[in-house]
Formats: sequence, C-alpha cells, structure tokens
Amino acid sequence: MTVSTKEGRFQAMVLPHLDSAFNLARWLTRSHQDAEDVVQEAYLRAFKFFDSFHGEDGRAWLLGIVRNTFYTWYQQNKTQAQNVQFEEELHSVQLEDAAVTQYDNSNPEALLIQEDSQRLLQQALEALSVEFREVVVMRELEDLSYKQIAGIVGIPIGTVMSRLARGRKELAGILSLTNRES
Amino acid sequence: MDHKKIIELLPAYLDQELGISDAIAVEHHLSGCPECQHEYAEQSGVSALLKQDAPYFKAPAYLAQRIKMALPQDRPHPSRRDTWNFNWLNAGAVMVTLLAVAWSGGLYLTLPSAQERLMEDLVSSHVRSLQVDHLSDVASTDRHTVKPWFNGKLDFSPPVIDLAPQGFPLVGGRLDYLDGRTVAVLIYRHNQHPINLYVWPSTDRDAAPKAQAHQGYHLMRWTVGGMGYWAVSDLAANELGLFVGEFMADTLKKTSPSK
Repeated sequence: MTVSTKEGRFQAMVLPHLDSAFNLARWLTRSHQDAEDVVQEAYLRAFKFFDSFHGEDGRAWLLGIVRNTFYTWYQQNKTQAQNVQFEEELHSVQLEDAAVTQYDNSNPEALLIQEDSQRLLQQALEALSVEFREVVVMRELEDLSYKQIAGIVGIPIGTVMSRLARGRKELAGILSLTNRES
Repeated sequence: MDHKKIIELLPAYLDQELGISDAIAVEHHLSGCPECQHEYAEQSGVSALLKQDAPYFKAPAYLAQRIKMALPQDRPHPSRRDTWNFNWLNAGAVMVTLLAVAWSGGLYLTLPSAQERLMEDLVSSHVRSLQVDHLSDVASTDRHTVKPWFNGKLDFSPPVIDLAPQGFPLVGGRLDYLDGRTVAVLIYRHNQHPINLYVWPSTDRDAAPKAQAHQGYHLMRWTVGGMGYWAVSDLAANELGLFVGEFMADTLKKTSPSK
C-alpha cells in the first residue's frame, strides 16, 4: 500500500502515537474510560483535519488535538465546582493514606516499595490542577521540548517554563508532606 | 543576570533547554547561591522521581482497532483492506473453532468406529466358524466337558452354562482371536441356528444387553461381573434376545450368593 492515500498517511503518521495520546488523555481525564473516549474522538477529529496537516511532528499535532478534545469534553461533562471538589477529595484521601503509612511503617528506614511510590506519585500528579498537570506530563512522561509543549498548549515558551516550575514545586510540596509524615 | 532571573531559568537549565551562554551564566550563579541550589535540587528531584516512577498509561490493545473501525468508512481501497484484515482474523478464529469442534467430534466418532470394527470382526468370525466347519474346538453338550477344556488355554474362566431346557442347547466351545486377545466362544444352537457367544474379561461397568445388527446378523452385547459378552447369530433379534435373557438369568443365579 502506498502512503499517498490519506488513510495510508494517517495510519503511518498518526496511529503510531496512540500510546502518547492515551497517556496524555488518561492524565487529563484521570479516568481510563474517559481517556478511551477522548482519544477516539481526538482520532476522528485528527482524521477529519488531516488534510490540513503538513508538518513533520505528527505526535505533537495529535497531542494538541487530544488536548483540545479533552477541554471540549471537560466543559461539556464536568462543572468546575465538581472538579474542585474532586481535587479536594483527592488531597484528603492522599493525606489519609500518608497517615496510615505512618503507623504501618514501624521501621523508619524502610523504603516505600515502588508500588507505593507510584501510587503516591499518581495521586500527587492527579491532584495538581490541570494547567500544571498537562505541562508536567508532557515534559516528564512524554519528553516533549518546551517548544513542542508551547505549540500544543498555545502559550509562550516562557509560560511553559514557569508552569513547569510551579507544577514541580507543588508536587515537591505534596510529596515532601507525605514523606515527612511517613 | 540577577538572582530572580536565574531562579526563573532553573527549570530550563534542568531540562537542557537553555542556550550555551545562558546555561553557563546559570551554572556560575548556582555554584554560589544556596537558595538556587535548593530550588534546583527540589526541581530535579521531582523530575527524576516522575521520570522513574510516575505511571505511563499505554493504550489498551483494543483501542487501536476500535479507532480504525470508527474512522469514516467511505475510504476507498485501504478501508476495504482493513475490513479484510479484520475479517481474516475472524475467519481464523472461526476456523480454529471449527477445527477444534471437528477434532473433538472425531474423538467421539473414534469410539463407535472401534466398536464398528469389533462388530465386523465378530460377524466375520461368526461367518468363518460356519464356513470352514470349525464351529467347535470341543464339541460337547456337557458344560463339565467344555468348561475344563478352556483351562490353560485362557487367562480367565468363562461361565459355561447349558441352556438346553430353555431351548438353547450348548454344542461346544472354541477359542478365537478378537480385539487383540484370545477370547472364549461358546456355541449354542436354537432350531439349527448357531449362536456364537464371545466372552472375554472387560473393565467396563456392567451394562444391560444392547442389540445391534451388522450385515444381516444380529448381535447383542452386555457386560456382567467383569466379563464382556457378545452374542452373534442369524437368529431373529427377539429370539436372540430371549437367549441372552436366559443366559443372563442363569449367570446371575449362579453368581448370586444365595446359591
């Protein structure tokens, strides 16, 4: 099959980035099910607008669409109030967990097993507000450059840098809080 | 650059996003500024932790298929190709299932076919015994003659019963080779019709007589007390059934503890 057809080019340039798309959508929606729906919708949109894509960076282009799809979905499905409440719940759950760890862990030198570390990290990152969460995920997990992130989010590179700094700082705060308690 | 500017640039320095001159400037300032060192350590610590331990959610395998199927279907050539790919997968699954069913069905069918073979052998043996006038190795109507004759010729002792009073006189015994082993054959007669009764040990559970027919001969088989019996005759099915009934009644009477 030649890559001259729209379908062929789409399969070659966009479909291989499914994992990236899903990972970003999963971190944005914080739900496996919602991530699947967002990614599928994003791919349909991407296919629709594929004729207007002439760039090289299929992944960044796709992630931009995933992100836009997420925000559309987010506005349709969630009110801001519900979301804030959700984030607060996450915070309190996480602190309770940390308190439990404190009593369970009779040996102060015992290291958190990796699973615990992953769980705490996931909770901390999910507790971050979405504007910081998305740049942190794109930088640390997708290994995108500031320029790529700036293009996807539609903000200046300087803003990418400051949001990243802020996101990391908040995460450090949450994590050191749990570490101190455990 | 002042301290405030440097501390802003720390993430970019950490992520190696700075140009060479800026990077040198940050590095220079960092070596002498505890606050920036602390900030840098915190940022790089979180960054390293995330890279190492934050879960990366890969797309589930079915999602790609789901997306391909959801894409507009009015595409010309490639869509058909996709559909075919998918159908081949289905066809493969169906094929595997069919093969499995056929194979397991074959397992069932081998059982009757083995019995069919045995039935054929029994009828052949029956016919041969009549053709070559080799019905009996030991011709006797006396079961006390027939039964000892089997001694030393078989590794089991077949029940030998005379059913003359019931109209099925014993006329002799014979050895035959069936189903991969030597078997005892008791010969009875009923109105000049010979009945070959094949007997050999069986591990099957006791089973009631079951009538079968093969090439115009009637056969009945049953299992009692670790012995398998096959009766073969050109008698009518109901008469053969009568014989089998008498024979069974007698063996059960003989083996019953009350006697």
